[in-house]
Amino acid sequence: MSKLGNLGARLYRGEVGYDFVGKRKIWYGISILITITAFVALMVRGLHMGIEFEGGAVFNTPKTSVSSATAEEVAEEASGHQAIAQRLGNDTLRIQISGVDTDKSDHIKSELAKELDVKADDINADLVGPSWGDQIANKAWQGLAIFMILVVIYLAIAFEWRMALAALIALIHDLTITVGVYALVGFEVTPGTVIGLLTILGYSLYDTVVVFDSLKEQSKDLAKQTRFTYSEVANRSINSTLVRSINTTVVALLPVAGLLFIGGGFLGAGMLNDISLSLFVGLAAGAYSSIFIATPLVADFKETDPQMKALKKRVLAKRRAAAAKGESEEAPAPDADATEDTEDGDDTAPAVVGPRSGPRAQPVRNRGRGRPSGKRR
Amino acid sequence: MAAPKKGRRQGTQGKPGRTLVFILIALVALTGGMFLSGHTTPRLGIDLAGGTSITLQAKNEPGQKNAINETNMNTAVDIINKRVNGLGVSEAEVQTQGSENIIVNIPKGTNAKQARAQVGTTAQLFFRPVIARQPSVPVDGGKKGDKGDKDKKDKPSSSPTPGASDKGTDKDGDKGDKSGDKSKDESASPSSTPTTQGRSVTDGLKDEPTPSGKSSDKPQDKKDETPKPDPTGAPSAQLQEQFAKLDCTDPKVRTKIKEGIKPTDPVVACGKDSDDNWNKFILGPSEVSGKEVDDAKAVFDTQGAAGWKVTMDFSKTGAKQFGDITGKLAGKQSPQNEFGIVMDGEVVSWPFVQQALTGGQAEISGSFDQDEAKDLANILSYGALPLTFKEQSVTTVSAALGGEQLRAGLIAGAIGLALVIIYLVAYYRGLALIAIASLGVSAALTYTIMTLLGPTIKFALNLPAVCGAIVAIGITADSFIVYFERIRDEIREGRTLRPAVERAWPRARRTILVSDFVSFLAAAVLFVVTVGKVQGFAFTLGLTTLLDVVVVFFFTKPLMTIMARKKFFASGHKWSGLDPKRLGVTPPLRRSRRTSAPAAPVDPKEA
Repeated sequence: MSKLGNLGARLYRGEVGYDFVGKRKIWYGISILITITAFVALMVRGLHMGIEFEGGAVFNTPKTSVSSATAEEVAEEASGHQAIAQRLGNDTLRIQISGVDTDKSDHIKSELAKELDVKADDINADLVGPSWGDQIANKAWQGLAIFMILVVIYLAIAFEWRMALAALIALIHDLTITVGVYALVGFEVTPGTVIGLLTILGYSLYDTVVVFDSLKEQSKDLAKQTRFTYSEVANRSINSTLVRSINTTVVALLPVAGLLFIGGGFLGAGMLNDISLSLFVGLAAGAYSSIFIATPLVADFKETDPQMKALKKRVLAKRRAAAAKGESEEAPAPDADATEDTEDGDDTAPAVVGPRSGPRAQPVRNRGRGRPSGKRR
Repeated sequence: MAAPKKGRRQGTQGKPGRTLVFILIALVALTGGMFLSGHTTPRLGIDLAGGTSITLQAKNEPGQKNAINETNMNTAVDIINKRVNGLGVSEAEVQTQGSENIIVNIPKGTNAKQARAQVGTTAQLFFRPVIARQPSVPVDGGKKGDKGDKDKKDKPSSSPTPGASDKGTDKDGDKGDKSGDKSKDESASPSSTPTTQGRSVTDGLKDEPTPSGKSSDKPQDKKDETPKPDPTGAPSAQLQEQFAKLDCTDPKVRTKIKEGIKPTDPVVACGKDSDDNWNKFILGPSEVSGKEVDDAKAVFDTQGAAGWKVTMDFSKTGAKQFGDITGKLAGKQSPQNEFGIVMDGEVVSWPFVQQALTGGQAEISGSFDQDEAKDLANILSYGALPLTFKEQSVTTVSAALGGEQLRAGLIAGAIGLALVIIYLVAYYRGLALIAIASLGVSAALTYTIMTLLGPTIKFALNLPAVCGAIVAIGITADSFIVYFERIRDEIREGRTLRPAVERAWPRARRTILVSDFVSFLAAAVLFVVTVGKVQGFAFTLGLTTLLDVVVVFFFTKPLMTIMARKKFFASGHKWSGLDPKRLGVTPPLRRSRRTSAPAAPVDPKEA
């Protein structure tokens, strides 16, 4: 762990760092690819909608030794509809029948109880009309729309509109990925899934907001200096909050994983599983997007701002001048473009703002250490 | 949760102990309140405790636009509540959810089937002629509520029967009761019975008695084999006998006689008058269905006998039918000049008729008070339920499975929490103690508040809410991580712990507030917009987010301030999580900072 702590320190000082912003095109590409895959999957495979959206009944039985095939048979006989029976982790059965109404469900329940030799009361019946799920989904869409509008307004006020826009795109990106994963893997979509999906809203943004907060601070007096472009500062803020991002994501995913693998393992399919599954996928996507998508996007938006454009020009000019001056003494000082594209995170010193922005953060800072290459290794 | 403000809460820095004491007192008070109120566990939702949950959605009907509004929803909840609790169900819960849903939660151990049948259907409202009426007293062996009144059978008793002991049923009766009347019209009534129920129906007179009510040949249970008697004629012997035995004070009996009745048959029924006394009835077949009432209003009569009255407008068919029945009833002797307004098998009002009313309009006068008049008008104009409902979903949950789910959820939560703690300890070492203590406080606050919200706002912990609480572990821990990382950053800059703790706080506070606000916003929007399970989840999420802020501000921060004075942390012990060496602080750096810091253009405590 101490190594990680050290890494944190070096990230913090900008001694190490990954050039997230510089390599943004790669990550945009990956994200677009994922999004397209998600859309294609959605088109081709569609979502496997749970009974809540189709209408029907779900029965959960207590522990039983009756096989799922037998239960399926009984249920089909009693209902006249096709039934799907699943054996869950704890020897209980989950039987799903579509197109069943109230009266029939009672009948099926008593038939099942007879077959399984349990009390009818011990069988859980979940009976839903086809519009129930739709209604939940509709409300969810409605909530989503309202939330997006409000949060964009809030972020635009608390930060600025570019960040709000980037956060919104990242959020939509997360939702798309999550839905895509559902389409691809064929997980069942239930109200639990919808709940999980909606939770991603807050969480995905939570992560993004923390990075933005740091970015806002670091770029406060940006126009007054000529050392760094906005993109570089953005990259710096991602790196300096990286440890936090990793930690919070891990900490958020742990309980959800607990729910998913342990809660789910105990009970098989169920509300717990549905919620935690979509949360798990969405949280992972949210962590990814806040680092690789949201902040680089802000940088992109911001670089179109005349003020920032001018800044970039000045910074580059200054760097060129410095490079020309220092050429004889040290290896070619990395100019901005080169920096953005270098693979090696270790020599990106100019690309990041040091906490104290002291000599260390300047292109020439390494001279004193006798590493003409500019690398500190 | 508001936008971050700078420079707030300087006090906490100065007097951390006081803040800690404050939150501990709050915690003790909450726990005390929990034990005082007698609720030591959160109220469990139907999915965890077992029972049946029915979701009804109001439907828009043609010609009924804008009918789905708050008033109507509340009226519907009221009526459904009376119906469900009329089954003798205790603690059944009816509540609106969202703008057009009503959730009916019926705890385990009740006849869910019957409840289901009763809950969703629009109530049946009929106008039936009264054939016989008597105050009802407990019959021999009547088990409930008959204190000492052991009179024989149906002998009219002058002593009012005390209300049935069953509370739910009493409520049920209230509806009828409201329309009861305090004898103002008695003098006008030709009634010979010592009842105070009469009410006059007045309007233009026209006389055209026609036998109405198609005879039905459908078989029925019990009292049905008898040929349909003339509406106003003598009831069958069977009905007579049933009538004689009828004990309206027994809720079970009342429920039973409501079963399987058909509008086309004469029936026995019960009704409660304004003095809470039960009357029993033999009623003729329905002459007018409640559907034929277009509108009913409670109006204040300024002329004549000033007071509240109820006016009704009938549809065309209804006007004719109503004219017919009132024409037939007008000349009769009491109680046969009365017609019973029957809702869901119970007589809610039995006004008497003075003349035939054919204008398609009628009014019922008597000494109503405003509420009574409004209630009756509501019943009349809406066929009892103001809205039509569709059964959206029915969930029966056995406590066994619900309990298992809860257990699995709790185990998963505990394991998740343990993993988080292990991770925190591994990474933050000593600092993790503070995080764990804060998580503990947060958990305690969540638990006590959830428990206390049960009796106060009927908050019920359901499975999604449990999920929400577990997910919240992550949100809460996140705040600490933000703060700790800030502190470590400050230390990396070469500060000693105490200033680092204070300097890190404003920044961390800002970040925590902004991000928590976003979380809270999501929860709040979801809570307002969505229904059912999603709502429960959103509530928990919002609550825990709020508590996160409270805990970080009033517990974590002060605790951190105090801990910063301890040698273990302040000296940067190897296991404190704040060891400068581990954090990568090296003396040369410090030196260089000292010399170069003044030149730094950017705020010195970036992170």
